[in-house]
Amino acid sequence: MARNFTPKVVTGNALLEGDAVWLTEADTWTRDMHQAELIDDEAHADIRLLFGAAQRNTVVGVYLVDAKPGPHGPEPVHFREEFRSRGPSNYAHGKQVEL
Amino acid sequence: MYVYNDFDDAFVRERVAQFRAQVDRRIDGSLTEDEFRPLRLMNGLYLQLHAYMLRVAIPYGTLNPSQMRQLAMIADRWDKGYGHWTTRQNIQYNWPKLADVPDMLAALADVGMHAIQTSGNTIRNVTADHFAGAAADEIEDPRPVAELLRQWSTDHPEFQFLPRKFKIAVTGSPNDRAVPKAHDIGLRMITRAGEHGFEVIVGGGLGRTPMIGKVIRDFLPKADLLPYCEAIVSVYNVLGRRDNKYKARIKITVFENGLDTFRDLVEAKFLDTRAGFTGVDQEILVGIEAQFAPPPFRAASPGGYEAARLANPAFRSWTDTNLSAHKAPGYAIVSVSIKKHGATPGDCSSVQMRVLADLAETYGHSELIISHEQNVILPHVHISDLLAVYQTLRSVDLATANIGLISDIIACPGMDYCALATARSIPIAQEIAIRFDELKLEHEVGPLKIKISGCINACGHHHVGHIGILGLDRAGVENYQITLGGDHTETAVIGERAGPGFSAVEIVPAIERLVLGYLDLRLHAEETFIDTFRRIGMDPFKAVLYPALEKSDAA
Repeated sequence: MARNFTPKVVTGNALLEGDAVWLTEADTWTRDMHQAELIDDEAHADIRLLFGAAQRNTVVGVYLVDAKPGPHGPEPVHFREEFRSRGPSNYAHGKQVEL
Repeated sequence: MYVYNDFDDAFVRERVAQFRAQVDRRIDGSLTEDEFRPLRLMNGLYLQLHAYMLRVAIPYGTLNPSQMRQLAMIADRWDKGYGHWTTRQNIQYNWPKLADVPDMLAALADVGMHAIQTSGNTIRNVTADHFAGAAADEIEDPRPVAELLRQWSTDHPEFQFLPRKFKIAVTGSPNDRAVPKAHDIGLRMITRAGEHGFEVIVGGGLGRTPMIGKVIRDFLPKADLLPYCEAIVSVYNVLGRRDNKYKARIKITVFENGLDTFRDLVEAKFLDTRAGFTGVDQEILVGIEAQFAPPPFRAASPGGYEAARLANPAFRSWTDTNLSAHKAPGYAIVSVSIKKHGATPGDCSSVQMRVLADLAETYGHSELIISHEQNVILPHVHISDLLAVYQTLRSVDLATANIGLISDIIACPGMDYCALATARSIPIAQEIAIRFDELKLEHEVGPLKIKISGCINACGHHHVGHIGILGLDRAGVENYQITLGGDHTETAVIGERAGPGFSAVEIVPAIERLVLGYLDLRLHAEETFIDTFRRIGMDPFKAVLYPALEKSDAA
């Protein structure tokens, strides 16, 4: 049994729009974190990160980040990822209105 | 005001064309992100949390009405209808799309503006006193030399890959409003035997290792400014550490080598650089100075100004807080607060920008200055026009009477936008302003500078706030540290940490305790927060901030 692995998602920013996107199981990028692939295996996470990072002309700054399962799909663990998945707190801009 | 000559115009347009081609090549895949990133950063384009961010330089903060209208147009056409004034006299657009950025830069070039060197390890936008050309205490308008520095530093072939970023600030007054002691080079104009020159300060900076700059030359004749600055930057370029990003700023170079060694190297280099300047810089400076000739001030009566003040308490309150002494009789400097209670500090809508442009044109000799405190200055308004200016500002929510008060907060964008931030700044600033507005206390509290940064890089200048707030990530939770006693003026001091940090829900009540505590501690109503702190020191404020700790100590 592998050591405990905190579930993760692969994320980055869209090249053209610059907004946060997440990698789905279908090898596509979504703007809704709930649609992302929640990865619970370390070896698989490495493979998915390599796959994501290879999409150089679509997405930039690709990284793995902690996530947790929720009723609608993966949810952020850290507050930074919460803001990325939602948008700024001073205006109704970004994903809180665009999704 | 300086107007681009053919050379400036051709240069920025060439850069726009180059960047357009670079963006095209990035989008079609011929450039990788690693190749493209330094190119976009050289043109002020960052990738932030939710979008790209374009940082546009406003050299020495000065804009004419057409430039301000163009900034509004850019905000409407390619962004979300607003821009953010920064603590380095720039404007940031928070939502541009990559493919639109070359058009935005072309629109800037149309009004003599650019985003060059607003990022990267280069000499950044040269900042100046926001009352330049107007202040009653001014020796000389600092903007001509700031413009000369801009021309010298822009695309300077030797200084495109410095060990780290490099910031220069210039002030033309003894009362220092440009924070030169917290810059890599700070220039403070002084006179000696009737000659104008500069006290040259080096190695100041905030951030991870805050340091107050040291005087490297107590008097530098104006004519030697460029060769001397070139000597400083050259020595730093060679000596500065490239092995460790956190030790790469000139403040560390000066600290590690010692001011005397650093000064000797600079003075030796200066002999070379001085010889290399043929005097053409001084010819150019004369031309620039002519463009900054003071506007034709009117001699007119104050009109109904005093009567209007008596009749209208809101107008009176605004004139009490938002005006500063002008050098020309009958004139005032108007500080337009971009800090309405509950609004985002420094955010200005395109509607507001256009009104500011109109006001500058009608009543302000067509000048606007963006302050590092994130407000907009109308430097030359005749007092007979103040009521009309006030009424127009009021119509677009720009008449808040709070300059220098507790709600006139500097706040960086923090984790609402910035990829480097460790916590949010904006909501804390909003909540503090709203709370003290509810308490109706800010006029009683009087002058008080609160400055908030959302990370250790200190864009919000928290170290030099009377009350500084630093947002950090403590084990996955936003946490706010308070520093007290900082000073951003000619008597600059780095604030002292008060103690353990506060959570996001605790920080505003903590600030409230601190300020109410000050009201009890001050000797009289005229003793300001910072004066009280200087008189009694940290301990009484600590007792107010941490009542529980005090109790357990006593037990």
